[in-house]
Amino acid sequence: MKDMSYAAVMGRRNEIMKQALGIDYGDFELGGLAFDYERMMEKAGYTLEQVREIQRETNVGDTPLIELKNLTAAARALSEPGKGARIFIKDEAANPSGSFKDRRAAVSCYFAQHHGYKGVIAATSGNYGAAVVSQANMRNLKTIVVQELFDSRGVGQPEILEKGRKCEAYGAEVLQLTVGPELFYTFLRVLEETGFFNASLYTPFGIAGIETLGAEIVAQVQAREGRNPDAVVVTNAGGGNLTGTARGLVKAGAAQTKVIGASVDLSGLHMASDRDFNRKSFTTGHTGFGVPFTTWPDRADVPRNAARPLRYMDRYVTITQGEVFTITEALAVLEGLERGPAGNTSLTAAFAIAREMPEDQIVVVQETEYTGAGKHVTAQLTFARENGIEVRRGDPADQVPGKNIIIPSDPSMIRPKDIPLHDLKTSYLKNAMKNRPAGAPAALTDAETAFLAAEVRETPEGLAALLAQLRG
Amino acid sequence: MRIAKGSWVQIEQVVLKPGERAPHVPEDTKAVPLMLWVKGTLLQDASIGDTVEIETAIGRRMSGKLVAENPPYTHGFGRPIPELLTVGAEFRALAERGSRR
Repeated sequence: MKDMSYAAVMGRRNEIMKQALGIDYGDFELGGLAFDYERMMEKAGYTLEQVREIQRETNVGDTPLIELKNLTAAARALSEPGKGARIFIKDEAANPSGSFKDRRAAVSCYFAQHHGYKGVIAATSGNYGAAVVSQANMRNLKTIVVQELFDSRGVGQPEILEKGRKCEAYGAEVLQLTVGPELFYTFLRVLEETGFFNASLYTPFGIAGIETLGAEIVAQVQAREGRNPDAVVVTNAGGGNLTGTARGLVKAGAAQTKVIGASVDLSGLHMASDRDFNRKSFTTGHTGFGVPFTTWPDRADVPRNAARPLRYMDRYVTITQGEVFTITEALAVLEGLERGPAGNTSLTAAFAIAREMPEDQIVVVQETEYTGAGKHVTAQLTFARENGIEVRRGDPADQVPGKNIIIPSDPSMIRPKDIPLHDLKTSYLKNAMKNRPAGAPAALTDAETAFLAAEVRETPEGLAALLAQLRG
Repeated sequence: MRIAKGSWVQIEQVVLKPGERAPHVPEDTKAVPLMLWVKGTLLQDASIGDTVEIETAIGRRMSGKLVAENPPYTHGFGRPIPELLTVGAEFRALAERGSRR
């Protein structure tokens, strides 16, 4: 009889993961901090063309690109003369389960099917759960979804309740837990018991799946406008959406397109706190994931995270919950598109960023998501009020996550706040030094230096300067 | 009230008791147990509160405390939000201004 205690199961983590992922991550290690990221993506992933084929088998991708003419006009009314870029949106809600997550699930489920796994498991409270079940169903695989859903009072976030319902509607076994990072313990136990595939968001498959999204954007903008987009705005949480999209842009020849990450500001709320859990109105796309995963990707449920957003990010901004709800409302009224709200995080940033860009430029928002009961502005704000959050019109600058949600008094008040890349890079390097394996030589090896420079997208000199600052 | 074998039910498990929680979780979380709920087909007649066995949607057997028979989905759309009611009109006015530019 195996020891199923918390400590014993966590101790078997590496062994369980190796079996559940079908990838030997040890193959890519280069000693110390370093590993060969591109070789991992190449050996363990699929080419862009293969991914396209895999996704077409299960009706994923080739989603419409829509020009938001009325929203663009609204942004122009608030811009200096000659400013106000054209805003386009990729309607990812048109994927089978209603979000871009189908792209990631498609590749994981293909791999699982072709490697003889009987089922797949995903640990997610987000759209990814529904995506995995939907894709697994098409490939005759069983699915278990592990969700963090309730606080200790048994009160569930309406958005996650809806995602749980959707997974059950597709026929999954849905394990619903109270708040806590020990969800990972339950996840490991179920992986071990079933021998199913870990459909992690952070494998090379999960990232390769999104590369098609970036590539489609380039092809669609090229076909309509004969040029590449100037900027693409991506909601950033675990980093996969940004990493995959950016890699797709590069592969499609749009390396010059600026990649802008956007997250909802939930600073001050603790992601593992039972009390804070229901004081937030966004369960993903927020800084509670975005910042920690950007500054240390290898906190994920795989040994080496394939989502490494700092390698690709040109800018990172935050916006507030109230601003996203406002833009969600504007999208419905101005454009006839009822989508989101969480998926409209990047759209909210784009609305403000378009005002800074020349009007002949193009900014693309790379996702929408389905909306419905629970996953809706009215549902989220009703729930917020019931949990003691003040909802009012005002200046978004006065927002305090967990205390209030401020609907801007005027659309001109929608303004992203930059998180300087320099701060993120410094924070990443701090985490890297803290996590350097014991017994590594005092000085960084050449492999480590090259790896870190790529991780923070710096020249060797730039890296040396950042490290010198760290040593202070 | 007896719930018949074959009914669609929800069971509950205590995964970790307060003393067993991971060392790094915040104090408010550490003070409460980690709980799990899952639905499935009841494999024997039972009453609420009994320890029972179920078969989940994918055919796995799990046991736990019986807490509900076919619980409803309770999430909805909430109420219209007064603070948002005029937002559409505000943006429409802007769009008209912007398109004349």
